[in-house]
Amino acid sequence: MEPLLEMRQISKRFPGVIALDHVDLTVFPGEVVALAGENGAGKSTLMKILGGVYLPEDGAIFVDGNETHIRSVSDAASNGIGFVHQELNVLDNLTVAENVFLGREPRQLGVLIDRKKLNSDTEIYLKRLGLDLPGRRPLRELSIAQQQMVEIAKALSLNARIVIMDEPTSSLTLTETDRLLEVIKDLRSQGVSVIYISHRLGEIKQIADRVIVLRDGKNAGTLDHDEINHDGIVKLMVGRDLERFQKPPSSDTKETFAEIIDLRTRRYPSSSISFDVRKGEILGFAGLVGAGRSEAAQAIFGVDTPVSARISLDGQLVDIRTARDAIKNGIYLVPEDRRTAGLIVEIPIRENITLPALKRYSSNGLVSKSRESKTAAEMCKKLNVKAPSPETKAANLSGGNQQKVVLAKWLSLDPKLMIFDEPTRGIDVGAKAEIYELMRDLAASGVAIMMISSEMEEILSESDRIAVMHEGKIAGIVDRADASEEKIMQLAVGQSSGAEARA
Amino acid sequence: MRKELGTFALLVVLCVVLAILNPVFIDAANLQNLARLIGIYGIFSIGLGLVIITGGIDLSVGSVFALLGVLLSIFLVEWHLPAAVAVLAVVGITTFLGLVNGFLITRVKIQPFIVTLCGLLFYRGLARFIASDETKGFGAASGFETLQSLATGSLFGVPTPFIILVAISIVMWVVLHRSVYGRYLFAVGRNEIAARYSGINSNVVIASAYVVCGMLAGVAGVLLAFYTNSVSPSSHGNFYELYGIAAAVLGGCSLRGGEGSIVGILIGTALLQVLQNLVNLLGIPSSLNFAVMGAVILLGVLADQLLRQRQAAQIAR
Repeated sequence: MEPLLEMRQISKRFPGVIALDHVDLTVFPGEVVALAGENGAGKSTLMKILGGVYLPEDGAIFVDGNETHIRSVSDAASNGIGFVHQELNVLDNLTVAENVFLGREPRQLGVLIDRKKLNSDTEIYLKRLGLDLPGRRPLRELSIAQQQMVEIAKALSLNARIVIMDEPTSSLTLTETDRLLEVIKDLRSQGVSVIYISHRLGEIKQIADRVIVLRDGKNAGTLDHDEINHDGIVKLMVGRDLERFQKPPSSDTKETFAEIIDLRTRRYPSSSISFDVRKGEILGFAGLVGAGRSEAAQAIFGVDTPVSARISLDGQLVDIRTARDAIKNGIYLVPEDRRTAGLIVEIPIRENITLPALKRYSSNGLVSKSRESKTAAEMCKKLNVKAPSPETKAANLSGGNQQKVVLAKWLSLDPKLMIFDEPTRGIDVGAKAEIYELMRDLAASGVAIMMISSEMEEILSESDRIAVMHEGKIAGIVDRADASEEKIMQLAVGQSSGAEARA
Repeated sequence: MRKELGTFALLVVLCVVLAILNPVFIDAANLQNLARLIGIYGIFSIGLGLVIITGGIDLSVGSVFALLGVLLSIFLVEWHLPAAVAVLAVVGITTFLGLVNGFLITRVKIQPFIVTLCGLLFYRGLARFIASDETKGFGAASGFETLQSLATGSLFGVPTPFIILVAISIVMWVVLHRSVYGRYLFAVGRNEIAARYSGINSNVVIASAYVVCGMLAGVAGVLLAFYTNSVSPSSHGNFYELYGIAAAVLGGCSLRGGEGSIVGILIGTALLQVLQNLVNLLGIPSSLNFAVMGAVILLGVLADQLLRQRQAAQIAR
């Protein structure tokens, strides 16, 4: 079979780095190709070249065997290349159909929008994706997963033969992820090719016909469907065998540190949750997106006012109304969205690290930069933050290094209860292992840890106990020894004892 | 720092050109008057700069000047209050108005533009009502000559408002660029959510910027009232908030918040005043006053934008 797309010997240089060094990529019609690699390996750059965002310095692109110059996003579209970005490019003040045909609306009398045709054409594409929605539905009423489908519909409406999906499942629930994977299989059977970028090796294994792995801007290798397995991909990605982290056996006799009693968040005012976190344990929080895990974390950290809550630390009731109160009590949150809540990306690493306890680095209200720099440099070294200097702006760091700066912020203080919300989202395999190790070290030093995660693998491998949430309630708390994927999923979808009895 | 350098270069070029075209520019009397105006405008521009750094805006400053001028005249001329009491009262009032702005913005969560736009209308109307729409003045200033000399006098040839500005600038420079509070101000302006997640009470920080702005507007307003010596409630202080905003923006403050410096604001203020002086000295019809100012501000911002794009392009290549 002739390849649909061939990228040959593509090179791209940025100041100081060679982003791509003679990279090849081939896609056949109706093939799902996964593109894997650590952050900074060149996946996004390669896809941006294909999508017409960047121009390559060297190399050529062939579509249907003909050399093609892609100089702009519209060039890419006219060559049948559609791009579904990680951050959705939809306008939530418009309807579904208006989004799909934005800039290409069918017209009446040359100036008026033909709404009937607009909506019916949209519904055809939505149906192809197994989505039964009226085109006139306002986009804001859709879930993230449905909005993503709208983006895919938009690509299809442009007659895309290759759809690039960049981390499409990073904000989807498990069921939504399964749905998306089904849609991708359907697209494949309709002859559409998909280039699938993901950090989740499980999904790649499930869906990909082939995996192309990049490392440091070069082709690291390709695995065919039969050869795809977790260790194989990781080995190509990091160029060495990754030592699996061996968890120390957790002792059963840990003292309780924090007791959360009758916590009711504003999102689920009628669901009361109570649990305790012990010193030195990692309490995992599993559940579907929207189960109320982040809301609970934000209430405990004082950034979201709960309807009711009693929190006691070491048996003492504490009053937490603001993040300041939480921080004073040694409760720190590593938030889900590190770029908007975890860090101020426009300011240097140093200022980010010292911000929560700036008074410690000041006398008479004046900040001592030298004291700040000393701590910042120490923390960067301790956490192995890869940055030219502590004066580098946080925006210029990779996801993993940004997350380490968020951690450095709190570790420079005196944590007693650390709450991690999706600690490794969008972080590459190498940095992930480092973050797990840091978490484990913290626990070993007696810190109580809550870890919210939507990655089943992470929940199962890192938690000592697992609290599973369902629609604002804790559906069950499972000990590590009894935990299994099935059991957690059952609790997460709300099939409690009844389903278990049948099973 | 680079941003300030560009505006500073523009200021120097403008001064040199002006001095060559009309040597009256470097006459002591002209320079003194220029310094006096820079003093008055600089003081409230710093306050506005602070507000802009938090990502906010204060449109009410000009109307506050009118209200303050009317009240000050009544306190001194009609009620014969001691000068110190009258000044403390009016500065206290403007500081309180700043607090009201801060409260409405941070607690009631109304957008700063709306809150202070309402202030702009409300205080102007109030001033006109209190004064029965008549011009208020200070006459011969009997009994408060010392106070008046703060606005109109000089110390060793340097106009006192300029000296006051220098003193305030030094204090505010330390506050903004060296203190914990200043760091919080920039942090909140950049990313309020992340600042809150770091334990900063962002509401208090933002509200305090409006309070400081109100206080500095009070100080500048007293000087301005004596500088003009008569307060016509319908026109006194008109557009002054815009001069302050323009000075802050020319000096490198971003209306998105989180950016700006005291030195920049001072350079921006000086630039605007020199421009005003230029219009007068070069015999340009005063009706073109605003047009010249608007054009130069646009050019300044445009040059900065082009410079930035070129730098960005260099990085991308």
